[in-house]
Amino acid sequence: MENVAALPHPGVSLQHARAKFGMWLFLGSEVMFFAGFIGAYIVLRSANPGLFEREFAQLSRPLAAINTMFLIASSLTMALAVYSSQHGQREKVGNFLMATIMLACGFMVIKTIEYTTKFSHGIFPSTSVPFAIYYTLTGFHALHVFAGILALLVLWGRAQAPASATAMAGACELVGLYWHLVDLIWIFLFPLLYLLKFP
Amino acid sequence: MIEAHAAAVSGGAAEHAHDEDHIHPPPATWFTKYVWTYDHKTIGKQYLFTAMFFGLIGGLLAMLIRWQLAYPGQPVPWLGSIAKAMFFFDDNGAILPEGYNQMVTMHGTIMIFFVVIPIIVGAMGNFLIPLHVGARDVAFPFLNALSYWLYLPASVIIFASFFVDKGAAAAGWTSYPPLSAVAEMAPGSGLGQTFWLLSVFLLGFSSIVGGLNFLTTIITMRAPGLTMWRLPLVTWAQFVTSIFQTLATPVLASAVCLMLVDKLTGSSLFLPAGLHLTGDKAVGNSGGGSALMWQHIFWFYSHPAVYILVLPGMGVASDLLATFARKPIFGYKVMVFSMSGIIGLGFIVWGHHMFVSGMNPMVGTSFMMATMLIALPSGVKVFNWLATLWGGNIRFTTPMLCALSFVAMFIIGGLSGLFMAATPVDIFIHDTYYVVAHFHYVVFGGTLFAMFGGIYFWFPKMFGRMCNETLAKLHWAVTFITFNAVFFPMHILGEGGHMRRIADPTNYDFLLPLQPMNVFISISAFVLGAGQFIFLGNFFYSMFFGPKADPNPWQSNTLEWTTPSPIPYYNYEKIPTVYRGPYEYSTTVAEGQADWLAQSTPGADPAEHH
Repeated sequence: MENVAALPHPGVSLQHARAKFGMWLFLGSEVMFFAGFIGAYIVLRSANPGLFEREFAQLSRPLAAINTMFLIASSLTMALAVYSSQHGQREKVGNFLMATIMLACGFMVIKTIEYTTKFSHGIFPSTSVPFAIYYTLTGFHALHVFAGILALLVLWGRAQAPASATAMAGACELVGLYWHLVDLIWIFLFPLLYLLKFP
Repeated sequence: MIEAHAAAVSGGAAEHAHDEDHIHPPPATWFTKYVWTYDHKTIGKQYLFTAMFFGLIGGLLAMLIRWQLAYPGQPVPWLGSIAKAMFFFDDNGAILPEGYNQMVTMHGTIMIFFVVIPIIVGAMGNFLIPLHVGARDVAFPFLNALSYWLYLPASVIIFASFFVDKGAAAAGWTSYPPLSAVAEMAPGSGLGQTFWLLSVFLLGFSSIVGGLNFLTTIITMRAPGLTMWRLPLVTWAQFVTSIFQTLATPVLASAVCLMLVDKLTGSSLFLPAGLHLTGDKAVGNSGGGSALMWQHIFWFYSHPAVYILVLPGMGVASDLLATFARKPIFGYKVMVFSMSGIIGLGFIVWGHHMFVSGMNPMVGTSFMMATMLIALPSGVKVFNWLATLWGGNIRFTTPMLCALSFVAMFIIGGLSGLFMAATPVDIFIHDTYYVVAHFHYVVFGGTLFAMFGGIYFWFPKMFGRMCNETLAKLHWAVTFITFNAVFFPMHILGEGGHMRRIADPTNYDFLLPLQPMNVFISISAFVLGAGQFIFLGNFFYSMFFGPKADPNPWQSNTLEWTTPSPIPYYNYEKIPTVYRGPYEYSTTVAEGQADWLAQSTPGADPAEHH
């Protein structure tokens, strides 16, 4: 319980250690936010399993599978960006960040295709409860992806200008933590919405 | 232990000192000093003043509610004639039943979300936490400013909702669907409810940001020698509360988002099939949803929110009681453990709000048992407070009177809570004035008294001047007497079956004999309301014209009292080193010596000897 515990190992600024701690707390609150949604999903689905299975059969598994690939790949490029930033390879950082942004944009494009296809078939949140919860879960996740893209763009901009290497590594790690959580939430949403079938 | 401290001081000293001792330049412009400021003390005051403004609105709504219950259907004196145009009132200036629902809803919402939480967490937490950990500011000053600037738009939105088409939300502060989710069900369930949801969402965001900021500050920014076990209990309480805020508030946000989806897209997440408004007309495209689900998700946050309201009050009371009894707090560590016990249990008791909503009796029983267990840590705290007073050299200052009132009122509110925790009893008193009496004893009698005590106690640190003690005592006396005159009879009303949200009790034959009690309560409430102007007058007069305060007017031990009054923007000229816990009163008194020992005075820690 000594406050030495809070002091980081040499080479990492105190402010970064604090920011990282704050980021983990924020991620905890994000988990609780989606836990509320997923709790609602469980309640609604278990009340009406047949309806959910019928409605979710209309969702496109191939598109969602491609999106899953995109996000997993973007997690890899993000991790590589963090690694490069910690080893002072400025050029690589920028490139890996751009790759992450591209993959994230790919995810958003496919999500848009999915949504517009559904809209053109007349499927809206008001169509049925399964679709209401589908749009809620994927919509709020997409908002998080969008926020991630904005953060990545800012970071990418900073990687272009000469900035302090440690500051860059710190910011990169924070955005990386957030980005992995956004991926992780999708890893839960994909089976819950697209794959799950009860015998 | 001493070696460990030495290591803490020397081990990280070089870097620590470099990072923490640096004093930033003062804010340069009026704008950065008072509006977009990073200074935790100014942000705390911003919270305080905004919340006091909303306290006036929430209080005014309470007065209107009391007028209607005592004199149903009669025009409201002078206010009614001004407010005729508002949706609340009819042409004669009397309150409409629909308007009454809106008043009750907005009174609850404003008092909980916009007055008590902002003052007890936003103002007190912001002001005290960096001072109590011996830091220059919170861990993330930008996020701290952001947290206030999310609270302000939220309060503007909730205020604006009074003036939208058909008025403010009317489904109660709990906003149960389908009443809240279907626009045709109540006047305020259209745009007013949507504003309510947006406002609460923003406020939740502000709460989360504040909570994680406080947690990071307390864990990573403590001054050398200041172990967790040397923190004042008020900061421990904020620590525990912040865990709630960070982990429970997002669940409220998701509930609010789900309802926004329902309202904005016409979906039916909360609307079961076969919902009819009048006759055969089915509501919207209802079907497939679950109304009960809202109650579960909402109370998963809102029960912990009750502890967000009361735990910081417990912390304030602990500090005040120890200071003015001139004794160490009894069972310091046990106080911390009991607060932790309360949050642990607080997460698993939400179902006790829903005993009559329909649930498996086995589930109801487990919620009942968990709820009753909370009496244990709460009881431990009460006995510790009493033991702190035992044999103390008690000084009856206004902060002390407020802290004593907190303990007394919390005992009454806590005991009535036990009755409601028991399922069979709750089925009888659910949704009656018994409930209203209970939560006002906890939130008004408890938290608000702690808040008044805290404001009187830290006023010299906030503004560098003392409050007028005579007026403060008068305010305390009026509040204490009329508070009990208002809320104690409500227990009896509730036992008599007086329902919680009815606009006109004279419509019910069985309530007619109780009507004189309603009149008595209302008159007491008007005095209670008027009495708060003593506080406001004293507050604003003393802020500018009160006598200049000493650095340590109460002979208290914690770090903030070593700074000048008012505190400079950088708090501490040099980051203090802490040598002992916060409650060393009368522990090492020699003849003619002061009976207190500041945390940062070099020397031995009396606690190390036993």
